Amino acid sequence: MKDRPRSRDFDWVLLAIVGAISAMGVLEIYSSTHASGMAGMQWKQLMWIGIGLAGMFLISRIDYHTLMDHAPFLYMFGVAILLIVLAIGQSRFGAKRWVDLGGGVNLQVSELMKLIIIIVLARYFTDVHTDRLTLADLAKIAVLTGLPVGLILIQPDLGTAMVLVPVAVVGAFLAGIEWKHLTVGFLFLLLMIPVGWNMRHHLKPYQQQRIVTFLHPEQNPRGAGYQILQSEIAVGSGGFWGKGFGKGSQNQLGFVPVRYSDFILAALAEEQGFIGVCLILLLYLGLILRLVDNAQKAKDRAGMYVVMGVTAILGFHVLVNASMVIGYMPVTGIPLPLMSYGGSATAFVFMALGLVMNVRMRRFVN
Amino acid sequence: MAPWSVNDQKVPQERLALFSYVSVTFIVLLLVGFWKLQVIQSGHFADLAERNQIRYIPIIAPRGAMLDREGRVLVDSYPSFSILLLRDNPKLVDKNIPQIAEGLGISKDDLQQQLDAAKYEPKFQPVVIKPAASEADIAFVESHRADLPTLELMMVQRRRYPHGQMLANAIGYVGEVSEQQLDQSDGHYRPGDIVGKAGLERQYNDQLEGTDGLRRVVVNSVGRVMRTLDDVEAIPGKPIQLTIDYDLQAVADSYMADKQGSVVAIDGRTGEVLAMVSRPTFDPNDFAVRIPAAEWQQLNADPETPLLNRAIQGQLAPGSIFKIVMATAMLESKALPENFTVYCPGHAEFYGRTFHCWRPAGHGATDLHKAIVDSCDVFFYTVGQRLGIDRIHYYATGLGLGRRTGIDLPGEEPGLIPSEEWVQRVYHHKWYAGETISVAIGQGSVMATPIQIARMIAAVSGGGTLLKPYLLKNLANVTPDHFPLAEDTVEQVTEGMYGVINEGGTGSSLKLQNIDFSGKSGTAQLMSYEAGSKNGKKGKETNGWFVGYAPRRNPEIVVAAVIQGSSEHGGTTAGPVVRDIVKAYYDKKNSHLQQQSTAENTPPISGVAQPLIATVGAGR
Repeated sequence: MKDRPRSRDFDWVLLAIVGAISAMGVLEIYSSTHASGMAGMQWKQLMWIGIGLAGMFLISRIDYHTLMDHAPFLYMFGVAILLIVLAIGQSRFGAKRWVDLGGGVNLQVSELMKLIIIIVLARYFTDVHTDRLTLADLAKIAVLTGLPVGLILIQPDLGTAMVLVPVAVVGAFLAGIEWKHLTVGFLFLLLMIPVGWNMRHHLKPYQQQRIVTFLHPEQNPRGAGYQILQSEIAVGSGGFWGKGFGKGSQNQLGFVPVRYSDFILAALAEEQGFIGVCLILLLYLGLILRLVDNAQKAKDRAGMYVVMGVTAILGFHVLVNASMVIGYMPVTGIPLPLMSYGGSATAFVFMALGLVMNVRMRRFVN
Repeated sequence: MAPWSVNDQKVPQERLALFSYVSVTFIVLLLVGFWKLQVIQSGHFADLAERNQIRYIPIIAPRGAMLDREGRVLVDSYPSFSILLLRDNPKLVDKNIPQIAEGLGISKDDLQQQLDAAKYEPKFQPVVIKPAASEADIAFVESHRADLPTLELMMVQRRRYPHGQMLANAIGYVGEVSEQQLDQSDGHYRPGDIVGKAGLERQYNDQLEGTDGLRRVVVNSVGRVMRTLDDVEAIPGKPIQLTIDYDLQAVADSYMADKQGSVVAIDGRTGEVLAMVSRPTFDPNDFAVRIPAAEWQQLNADPETPLLNRAIQGQLAPGSIFKIVMATAMLESKALPENFTVYCPGHAEFYGRTFHCWRPAGHGATDLHKAIVDSCDVFFYTVGQRLGIDRIHYYATGLGLGRRTGIDLPGEEPGLIPSEEWVQRVYHHKWYAGETISVAIGQGSVMATPIQIARMIAAVSGGGTLLKPYLLKNLANVTPDHFPLAEDTVEQVTEGMYGVINEGGTGSSLKLQNIDFSGKSGTAQLMSYEAGSKNGKKGKETNGWFVGYAPRRNPEIVVAAVIQGSSEHGGTTAGPVVRDIVKAYYDKKNSHLQQQSTAENTPPISGVAQPLIATVGAGR
């Protein structure tokens, strides 16, 4: 190690994009909550962003190779903590996802698992040393990913469980999945849709309701379909130019469900219009392309897998959340990264970006 | 460097580039989706957003009235207004608050508190800031429509108890539906709905409550109703007619006004409850709007338990009234000869302990008839000893004591008739024979409610017909139970009770002319430790009982009364109210008979006959 990684090698462009998205998020949280019982939420969100930045800096200092050295331990730690949550975790909104850290701070541990799965799978993909994954390799990846996914599904948190899958899929794609395997996998997924439909009776009632609601929102306009419908109304009525900051009736009168969190994009779409949506989605596209750029410039494959793991999760979040807001996907509780209000989720995004900085800072070091 | 990371493979640039293209495609697809909603269909959704200005306002159905047996109103509902604060525009609300507080006489802090309590509710739901608006309040809202657009009136239905405390414990009260009821109702109730919480209001809630209607209205940006789209009419609750006779109830009420205790009058042929009083009591009107927490606490914590319906929940030692059960048991079991006679010197010894008669001088040679008339304790001590507790238990239970009467009111208590089995089960020891002696005069652990006493007397004088007491006039399924008694038994015991009043017995001051009035007094010492210490009183306090009925056999009316905590004899404290009610019953019956005979002779003059409802309902 001749050169030490330096902070001036931070990706300042990436930080600028992140800052712009976060700022729009904080402003929209303010607009959605300022005239309600939750007024002042934007300050809490700013605090989480501050904590996230500190976490990002810390993670960027520890060489990602060191982190990956400890991947087996991290994996076992993550699985253990998921088991503990299932045993003693606190139920909120009918799901056990939280661990009380004392002082009123609750950690959603599945967020931690996202970081761990990025590191673990990056290590695995680096370790296989191939550009052609065998069927056995794919099976191992499936087991490695499937265990935490299963544990999170039991909580139950369908959304977060799904989020882990793209890390494996994108990783496998980059590590050299064979086209025939990819095609078979894709066909298999297509086949799973009718099977899953028949299996729907095994889902929790609220999940069943969400699926039915997604397919037939008009059936129950005052019930669960209400959420999607009200979200669509908010987006659609925003029009091209929007109704103006703090002036969306859907948002301000509380018709938009959890308008400061999962549906914040609907709130923004109503008040800032299509113009605002274009701006924010292009910022997200910029974020993703910048992350890919970092992956391309990574010093080694290990770094590239880490960065692309982060990219896969963030991209998946944006895609699923934005689709939900316009009624293209059912409500799964996946927040919009950097915009939705939430402590654990925001902290995760910044720490994941810390991994990216970590890789970038070390691209010239050897 | 760790062996796993030794990987000099090149980063797969082409695949990463492919990932970028896919990302761009997805973002473009999303933008197309937003374009469709926000540009192509924007008009449609703007319409829908505008339609969110449609609100659903419930039209509250009035609860059914309660009428007495002649159709006079005991409970009804009346429309009233609640004042709502519309919260759609928070800035306007803040601006209006001082003026609203002043105009409606609500403190600003109070108002703020109510707003804070609702701050997590969606803002399109208004807050009720004044549940029962006065005429002045309504005038205030109407005259400030222009400058206080955040105020709105909502018509609601409120419960009214025109006679205040009268019959309160039987009627019960209404209140806001509880969380638990909400959960169990499967969407039938909404928060804030009014339901019966106690007494008849609760027992017959299903009949009394109506089905709320729904009004669709268009509101403007402040949330004020601009016009009504359509209505689903409310279906009012059904009225119920009670067996209560307002006139008899009034007699009982005025006597009991300043006393503690209970009176219950039943029709000895059917089991219809004609009057029911429990004192101290409460005013159900206090519950009809929204009872202040402090007042509720006070009612609940009051050591004199005003919320307790003593007629069905007051479990008290019946004292000498129980001797009627003993006399019946003695004759029916044939364990003792009919002419069994005891010499009463004023006391007697059983199991090494001296038991006193209430009359220290004693009653001399006493047979069953004299023992009932003069309520001789020593006679019944001896009978009790001969019968034994299990026989006493059998006959007492057969006559309806120690078990619920099945009256159509929630929360009835069973009372208690001790037995060997009961002592074994509860106290895990054998029955003390000495206890039987106390039980024989209705003391010890014997407990009965006034309704049980009235029913028991009706059963004994009616030849063993155990009525089911009830308050709903048209109640189905009131077939009585039977505990057949021999004709001779009924004759002897009722002769005794006739003597109590008409042959210089313990109720001789209660004689009524031309009425075959019979009865039995009871004066129970408050022996139970709990009963004494609960009220913080000790010493010679007694519960004075009197149960009276007429005529002697197959009574038309049976009245049981108990006055708690007086030191006087039951015939003196409770006797007069029983007599007054029986007298009122016959006065009324006779005047009806007279009216009927005059009505038959003279044609009715139109316009003179006023419905009773109007006169009684208005004057309280």
